[in-house]
Amino acid sequence: MNEVNHFRRVVVIWLVSSVILTPIVVLAAQGIPPGDGTVQAAGQTTDNGVLLGLSTPVALAVVVFFIYSLIAFRERDAAAVLDGPPVRGHAGVQLWWIVTTTTIVLFLAGYGTVRMLSDGAGGGQGPNPIAKPTSSAAALPVQVIAQQWKFTFRFPTYGGVETNHLEIPANRLIAFHVTSLDVIHSFWAYQLGVKADANPGVDNIAYVQTKNPLTFNIHCAELCGVWHGYMFDTGAVVSGPQFASWIAQQRARFAPATKLLPPYAKQYFPDPQHRGG
Amino acid sequence: MPSSTSQTPNTEVDELVAVSTPQRPIWQRLIGFNLVTAVVLAIVGWLIGYWIGGRIHAPSLDFFADNGQNDISILLGYLLGVIGFMIGMGFANYPIRRMLGHPPTLAEHESEGEGLARYFRLCTDHKVVGLQYVVGIGFFFFIGGLNAMFIRTELLNPNNHAFGPNQYLTLVGLHGTMMMGMMTSVILGPFANWLVPLMIGCRRMAFPRIEAFTFWLLMAAGIVLLTTLFFGGFQTGWTGYQPLGGQGTAGYDAYIGFFALVGLSMCLLGLNLLVTIITMRAPGMTWSRLPIFVWSVLATATLMLLASPMLLAALLMGAFDRAVQTGFYVPGIGGSAYLWQNLFWVFGHPEVYIVALPGFGIVLELLPVFTRKPLWGYRLAVAGMLGVTLLSFFVWQHHLFVSGINADLRPFYMLSTELISLPTGFIFLCAMGTIWRGRIRFTVPMLFCLAWVFNFLIGGISGVFLSDVPSDVTTHGSFFSMAHFHYTIMGGLVFTLFAAIYYWGPKMTGFKFNERLAKIHFWSLFIAFNSTFGPLFALGLMGMPRRVVTYPTNLQALNDWVSVSAYVIGLSMLVFLVNLVWSQLFVREPAEANPWNSKSAEWQLPTPVPVHDFDRIPVFDGDPYPYGVPQVTAPVVAPAGGTA
Repeated sequence: MNEVNHFRRVVVIWLVSSVILTPIVVLAAQGIPPGDGTVQAAGQTTDNGVLLGLSTPVALAVVVFFIYSLIAFRERDAAAVLDGPPVRGHAGVQLWWIVTTTTIVLFLAGYGTVRMLSDGAGGGQGPNPIAKPTSSAAALPVQVIAQQWKFTFRFPTYGGVETNHLEIPANRLIAFHVTSLDVIHSFWAYQLGVKADANPGVDNIAYVQTKNPLTFNIHCAELCGVWHGYMFDTGAVVSGPQFASWIAQQRARFAPATKLLPPYAKQYFPDPQHRGG
Repeated sequence: MPSSTSQTPNTEVDELVAVSTPQRPIWQRLIGFNLVTAVVLAIVGWLIGYWIGGRIHAPSLDFFADNGQNDISILLGYLLGVIGFMIGMGFANYPIRRMLGHPPTLAEHESEGEGLARYFRLCTDHKVVGLQYVVGIGFFFFIGGLNAMFIRTELLNPNNHAFGPNQYLTLVGLHGTMMMGMMTSVILGPFANWLVPLMIGCRRMAFPRIEAFTFWLLMAAGIVLLTTLFFGGFQTGWTGYQPLGGQGTAGYDAYIGFFALVGLSMCLLGLNLLVTIITMRAPGMTWSRLPIFVWSVLATATLMLLASPMLLAALLMGAFDRAVQTGFYVPGIGGSAYLWQNLFWVFGHPEVYIVALPGFGIVLELLPVFTRKPLWGYRLAVAGMLGVTLLSFFVWQHHLFVSGINADLRPFYMLSTELISLPTGFIFLCAMGTIWRGRIRFTVPMLFCLAWVFNFLIGGISGVFLSDVPSDVTTHGSFFSMAHFHYTIMGGLVFTLFAAIYYWGPKMTGFKFNERLAKIHFWSLFIAFNSTFGPLFALGLMGMPRRVVTYPTNLQALNDWVSVSAYVIGLSMLVFLVNLVWSQLFVREPAEANPWNSKSAEWQLPTPVPVHDFDRIPVFDGDPYPYGVPQVTAPVVAPAGGTA
């Protein structure tokens, strides 16, 4: 049996397994989180699918190669100490490998960049977002204020009311302005596909385009002290009229508290107790 | 192939050693510069430091009055305690003697021939330091592993808590810090120190006292970290993010002390190895004949030397923030929470490759032996290692993709992170080329190397998800990223560590391992490892953040599965421990000089390796993997140790 045969067999096994497995993986990837609750979440699901679909043949190439080699080239005579052929490299194979992997990597980086710039991908982008959705000026601003160990939400376009529960309207572009009062937290609205670190003194903006009504989980995704594990909540995407009545209710309910709040700002500095000379 | 390596044991030196071993009573032998004195002086130093710290006071530091916690005392206690420890070990003797005009010597190397006692004092024999590292780091590795068992016990149930949030986070922090601190040196400390001089043909490291210093510094660091338990632990995890660290209890001072000592130890270890490899290669050991393991050590040492100063700077500012109320990390009084994140990851991401690169070297060093073929694509492998080294300094902000800093630089960091898969891919190609048409023997070290291929493949591919910004928005800070770095670090580093232990261990100690237990260890570890960390990818995608003490009840079944698998990892490690103790301390079956029929230089030396390694410095005249080359068939049949 010569080398060509071995190599051809590896290629055939790889091709067959890739052709069978890649579509299965891509189809299964449609079901993986965070689902399609928002445009950004759906984008992340698509991204995960593309990455899985691309990495399946790559992983299979390595796995098939190794399994085949381990079976075909195992030493059958345990006592023998015989040497294999002294092959020290192959310029063509190396070049081919470098070109292929470089192509894949450049494609991935380009694809990721395009996807990220198209709608911000739900990630926190700091005070000056570069990946703004087209209608970003009309977005509903919602300030997320993190503190140990709770998220509160402030609506500057509704009199600066601060609620301890989050509801947002469906089919609307939302701009989350995430900030913190103490240490670093991370606002993770899982089904919305939003994650943005809450840094003290920073206005970290993340955009999300909601679709249909749904309930979503909120969790702090950055270790923030003892009760980090309990810093979670649920929120809801509700229809436009429902949101209007909810926010009106909140304004009335919190009216006494809103008067005492500091005016709405991009960030708040609590008195740094016992700090500084 | 070393052409003129002398194989005769160094009888002259052995006799000298025998003569210089007086049988004094044990209490007399305990007096002197050794571990006992060091511990005594460490306690004295701690007390002095604590006392001085208590005397320092200023009106601006009235923070102490509120919480009764004096960080100056504790930090000074650690500092003077470690200095006392080092003086007790005898590290001050030589500099003082030189300052008083005494001639330079290597007395610690040549006169400390009292058998086991050499391991409990300053010894500059690189083989002794290597074994000290194995045992010392191994001890802390098992403590770190035990913490992981506790973590998984807590996560068995989201509502019934075995430990509660504070202890849980301390356990998480201890596990992460122990593993990412001590374990950075786990290949370079034991194996590079032990092997590099033998592989490049020199008798010692460039700076033998610094070599010993790095080891004892690391041991001091481990103890400092464990003292955090007396001060309320720390709740920040191994990343120690500020300003959370600034509000922590005094237990966070132990974190600062630990990582500062580890950083110093790493920096010096890297410097020492770098200088040794560059300046002390034997005649004929050209760069293109350097064993690939030495190349990986060179790359890792470069990273250690350049990355750890960043950590020291970050920790110093953290210590000042806590002790004397500066505001480097406090927003609102001129500081920034981003500063720590930046400095920490400028160190932290190269550190990840400090952990991964030696594994690349071990796999590529062992595959030629067990496929009996030369290393395929030597230059490509070197390029891969150096490429990873270079690129690893340009990727750190992928840890900050959703943090809101430098959002416009995310495409660059996405590209640079994904580019790292190119040099890593070179390593895979070289491994694939090496096994192709080889004569593969499935020894225990080979099995661990093959497991590396699988684990690192999964780890690398999951890394692509984390480097892609849209995908990272979901996976960032979740169990997905935790699974990813356990695949690369545990699957990459720990598996190659065991490959190295089973491969070089018999050479280092002179005694064989029990092969049956070793195979049980491998298979149970490999299966349980994948059964533990595979489901964590799913848990992360299903929305479980890292470092939480509780989680949604619908995730309990998967978490319990993971916990049980983790216990199997623990049992598997116990099998290893039993094998280690049983085969090395009780059975003590002498190992042959070259049980693997390797053609590498270190295996041509007798077992155990003589104190001075070589009678004459060898001359190298060929590449390190002369398998399948007709003219050097002779050493293959006869175990080396006789003629070469």
